[in-house]
Amino acid sequence: MCTSIVEIARAEGSGRSMDGWFSLTRSVVAYDHPQHALLEEAVTIDFVNHAEGAGARAAVELTLDSAKALHAALAKVIEAAEAEEAMRVQYAGPAHPHSRILAVAAG
Amino acid sequence: MAYEGMIAEMITIRGDDDDAVSAYTARPMGPGPFPGVVLIHHLPGWGEFYREMTRKFAHHGYAAISHNLYERIGQGDPDDVAAKARAEGGVADSQVVADTEAAVQWLKAQPYSNGRIGVIGSCSGGRQAFMYACNTQSIDAVVELWGGRVVQAEDDRPEKQPVQPLDMTKDLSCPILGLFGNDDRAPSPEQVDLHEAELKRHGKRYEFHRYDGAGHGFFYYHRPMYRVEQALDGWQKIFGFFGKHLST
Repeated sequence: MCTSIVEIARAEGSGRSMDGWFSLTRSVVAYDHPQHALLEEAVTIDFVNHAEGAGARAAVELTLDSAKALHAALAKVIEAAEAEEAMRVQYAGPAHPHSRILAVAAG
Repeated sequence: MAYEGMIAEMITIRGDDDDAVSAYTARPMGPGPFPGVVLIHHLPGWGEFYREMTRKFAHHGYAAISHNLYERIGQGDPDDVAAKARAEGGVADSQVVADTEAAVQWLKAQPYSNGRIGVIGSCSGGRQAFMYACNTQSIDAVVELWGGRVVQAEDDRPEKQPVQPLDMTKDLSCPILGLFGNDDRAPSPEQVDLHEAELKRHGKRYEFHRYDGAGHGFFYYHRPMYRVEQALDGWQKIFGFFGKHLST
């Protein structure tokens, strides 16, 4: 590798490859030579499940500016999502054993 | 016009640990003898560019072989396999050396070989070509194309790359041709300076060409880094160098 800038995060969720949907295990974020984007280096993100083979991969290659914009958008969405989840917990309350399930169903 | 033909096919060699390793070979039709070239693919994988480069050497009269360094990573589309290799921190230097030695010996054993072999690689493959040439006595020439991380920082010694190739320079066993772009950052011009100084210090036969107006990967005609003038000159240098050291 020429830059060796690679970060790996655990991932739960689903990704879609050429072969359809698959369960994710990791997000691999790097800054290195892209395969397709016409850039010398790109921020590459691979959502993968390598236990299912190299092809279980949903990939993007972004310019540095696009990656920063994505980073900001992710931060905003995560902040809003955490606020939403906090309200859900507040409505559900701890008292009634079924209250959380009811709150989720109503939400 | 004289008849011209080429044989290009996939074969299997026995690499490190006697593992089966796929390799793509190309050679001119006819009995030879042909000089040999082993190609070490770059970080983006064992894909179309290296197939084409292998056939280019055959077109110029060489028996060529490009082995799959990512064989153990997995099978599939080269882009996916290269991405998996990146996530795994690449391949171990010791494995690269053993696999490349296997490719060299396979080529030497062919009845059409003239017994002289050169090794070439670009990007990570450039680093590995140089490293291999410092760990073998089996070849006659090596070409390093913008080898990234020949110089590694003190705190950059991952398990798979425990020794920086720069420190292996004293054991370089053959002449080296190096091509670099002055706008490259990996290797940077300062790193190429260190590389050259070390070759000089150990009295090695080397030929470095450093191109203005070019950065990393300036041979890659499918990428924006392509620089036609520098690439054409570079190819001339390569064929001149291999012609000098691999002919009998």
